[in-house]
Amino acid sequence: MDYVVEMRNIRKSFPGIIACDNIDFQVKKGEIHALLGENGAGKSTLMNILFGLYQPDAGSIYLRGKKVNIVNPNVANELGIGMVHQHFKLVHNFTVTENIILGLEPTRALMIDTRSASAQIKELSQKYGLNVDPDAKISDVSVGMQQRVEILKMLYRDAEILIFDEPTAVLTPQEVRELMKIMRNLIDEGKTIILITHKLREIMAIADRSTVIRWGKVVGTVNVADTTEEKLAEMMVGRKVLFELNKKEAHPKEEILRIEKLSVAGSGGAKGLKNFSLGVRCGEIVGLAGVDGNGQAELVGAIIGLRKILSGKIILHDRDVSTLSIRERISTGMAHIPEDRHKHGLILDYSVQENLVLKNYYLEPFSHKGLLNWDYIYDHAERVIKDFDVRAGEGAEASARSLSGGNQQKAIVGREFDGNPDLLIAVQPTRGLDVGAIEYIHKRLLEQRDQGKAVLLVSLELDEILDLSDRIAVIFNGELVGLVNAAETDENEIGLMMAGGKRGATA
Amino acid sequence: MVDLIYQLFPYAIAFTVPLLITSLGGLYSERSGVINIGLEGLMLMGMFVGALIISRTESIYPGTAIWIGLLAAMLFGAVFALLHAFACVTLNANQVISGIAINMIAAAVTVYLARLISGSGNIQIIRGLSRQTIPILSDIPILGRLLFTQTYATTWFVLLILVVATFLLYKTRFGLRLRACGEHPHAADSAGVNVYRMRYMAVIISGACAGLGGATFIVTISGEFNGTAAGLGFLALAALIFGQWKPWGILGAAFFFGFASTVANVSQVVPMLAQIPGIYLKTFPYVVTLAALVLSSKYSLAPKAIGEPYDKGKR
Ligand SMILES: Nc1ncnc2c1ncn2[C@@H]1O[C@H](COP(=O)(O)OP(=O)(O)OP(=O)(O)O)[C@@H](O)[C@H]1O
Ligand SMILES: [Mg+2]
Repeated sequence: MDYVVEMRNIRKSFPGIIACDNIDFQVKKGEIHALLGENGAGKSTLMNILFGLYQPDAGSIYLRGKKVNIVNPNVANELGIGMVHQHFKLVHNFTVTENIILGLEPTRALMIDTRSASAQIKELSQKYGLNVDPDAKISDVSVGMQQRVEILKMLYRDAEILIFDEPTAVLTPQEVRELMKIMRNLIDEGKTIILITHKLREIMAIADRSTVIRWGKVVGTVNVADTTEEKLAEMMVGRKVLFELNKKEAHPKEEILRIEKLSVAGSGGAKGLKNFSLGVRCGEIVGLAGVDGNGQAELVGAIIGLRKILSGKIILHDRDVSTLSIRERISTGMAHIPEDRHKHGLILDYSVQENLVLKNYYLEPFSHKGLLNWDYIYDHAERVIKDFDVRAGEGAEASARSLSGGNQQKAIVGREFDGNPDLLIAVQPTRGLDVGAIEYIHKRLLEQRDQGKAVLLVSLELDEILDLSDRIAVIFNGELVGLVNAAETDENEIGLMMAGGKRGATA
Repeated sequence: MVDLIYQLFPYAIAFTVPLLITSLGGLYSERSGVINIGLEGLMLMGMFVGALIISRTESIYPGTAIWIGLLAAMLFGAVFALLHAFACVTLNANQVISGIAINMIAAAVTVYLARLISGSGNIQIIRGLSRQTIPILSDIPILGRLLFTQTYATTWFVLLILVVATFLLYKTRFGLRLRACGEHPHAADSAGVNVYRMRYMAVIISGACAGLGGATFIVTISGEFNGTAAGLGFLALAALIFGQWKPWGILGAAFFFGFASTVANVSQVVPMLAQIPGIYLKTFPYVVTLAALVLSSKYSLAPKAIGEPYDKGKR
């Protein structure tokens, strides 16, 4: 038997849903094995079982041919299994070293031997090309760096089987490339990797085999070399996925949003926004491209009212809204899909139906004479859940926390599309979504445009920007580098502009 | 003026010490993620047990009675704090409410028992701790007179605890794990740290410290148990926040409160201060606390997970 990990007949149910339905899953030593499936298919649940966070209702796990009983993550650690969760588990005011050694601290004369620990971490970091500063504070390092700290945490514990749950969802394209290089280094050193991702291209680029799951059941395991993105997508969704969008010509009309000479202070080392001007017209999608941290968060925060502006104007519907409250801006017809779904998108301990009325619970017919109209709120939630295919065990009454990451995202997107906003500000609207869901959201964004509404699309994915936008604004260092028609540009030109090059400056 | 400061200093220090040690207790609990509003009650428990044990034993063992009393107060504080730990850690109760309950139980139980024992409800000790001047060190100019004359042994003991506490919190395995539990218990748990056990230990330590604080107050300042801790526990809590959950910050904050309270207490007998209406001096420490808390709250360094019961299943 040459499987390092073998999960047999794993079954796990939650109220109202079977997350894993007799799953068989085998991983060979030294391979990168991709786990693919729709949002809510049960991928995270399966891996949480392997890591000991959940106990399966039935089934057994074999490691290197021996049956094991993984009752908690400590047992998993001892068996050489490590996991990088989608939401990192790091103490923000500890150093990198402290986070890594926590629980396994080397000591000398009662004291923690930070010096030798940090030397050891430096060595590990060099061996795998991680390039981490062991003495930096977590709160000072980028998300990509935090992920590497999580990787080091596993390596420090001598993990042989490394589980990554959607590691690339939070990374910039540049960081994704670096992560892939790191993964190859890990494989070269004899590790085994299980990778959950929705990005088919990443699977094609790096994985050896892929197991596809749908509705808690295994559809099949394939060799990546023998398959294509299209085939994988079809296996996963159960129908053909159109990678081509049916994009009609845009008919832009009057300007709905006008940003004039806007300046916003930066936060957390970011550069802020300087003298930024941009207009968005009804009936078009304007894409905002840029490397993460170049002022996108400041711009969006200022428009929706989460950040104070230093100077400038934000004109919506011919009215300066820069001093209005967030609620007033929303009622002028603005909607916002936030970048961080946990921080600004959902109240995790509220139910789905409550989360779906967060912005308009006080309006008729959601409330009547100051009392919430629960029947209507429930029906409303059922409608959004159906339209956007939000999968949850207990439907409208499930707590947002119990939803899978992608389904949380779909719920937010559903809420923001609801009520047909005149201006939709969509920041990374498809983060963490499966290809089927991405296709649907893209279709809805285009529909919105064709109905004469405006969309400001902020995304780190250049493909998404190029596919959907009519005009593309490029931001660098808090300033507008240029504004181009999507039909007249390509990836290379935008890429150059994202690095600060003016249009036409380089041929 | 200078003379006044020389005179006030020993009193200010004496007042600071019970605050400091109680505050340090709060530090342990809160750094592990458990709010401890119950400091007041824990202190009161220490006062009661300290006064009771000392008053019963001082005729038999004149010299050591005080130390037996202090030790007993620590022990009872620790045991009493177990109640808070059980509610907050095992039962996932609301930590503020549990703390309030601790305060109410302590007040009720100690006063009830004190009445049973003494009738009047007050328990007096005959001899408090005596003040000592430290030989050589007290000859240092200025500092010698400020710090090393008329000192209590408990002061040095508490300062030793401060040093040990700092070392424990920042240099040892135990401290790193404890702080991790207060900042991100899920991270600690996934690294193999038993969050429940760490929090239990922290709350027990906080009870022992607060108990010691209460008994120290009895043997150095008040000399009797009279059914109330007079808000000292809350002042210790304020010192903890004002000191930004750091040992040396707490020392500074506790000394500030100690000094301000002493000035207020002696104002009537010092001509220079007597001109200022008593109400200003008496409210001064509290007004400053309030202002300081309002101002510092924006940059609060409170442990991130403070007040949150740890729920393993939460993802
Ligand atoms: N703790 C829980 N309580 C209730 N339901 C849960 C819980 N954890 C998962 N589920 C449900 O189980 C199903 C599978 O969830 P899981 O997180 O494994 O999906 P996933 O494949 O990782 O999806 P995604 O790609 O969106 O992350 C979902 O319908 C989810 O709502
Ligand atoms: Mg998932």
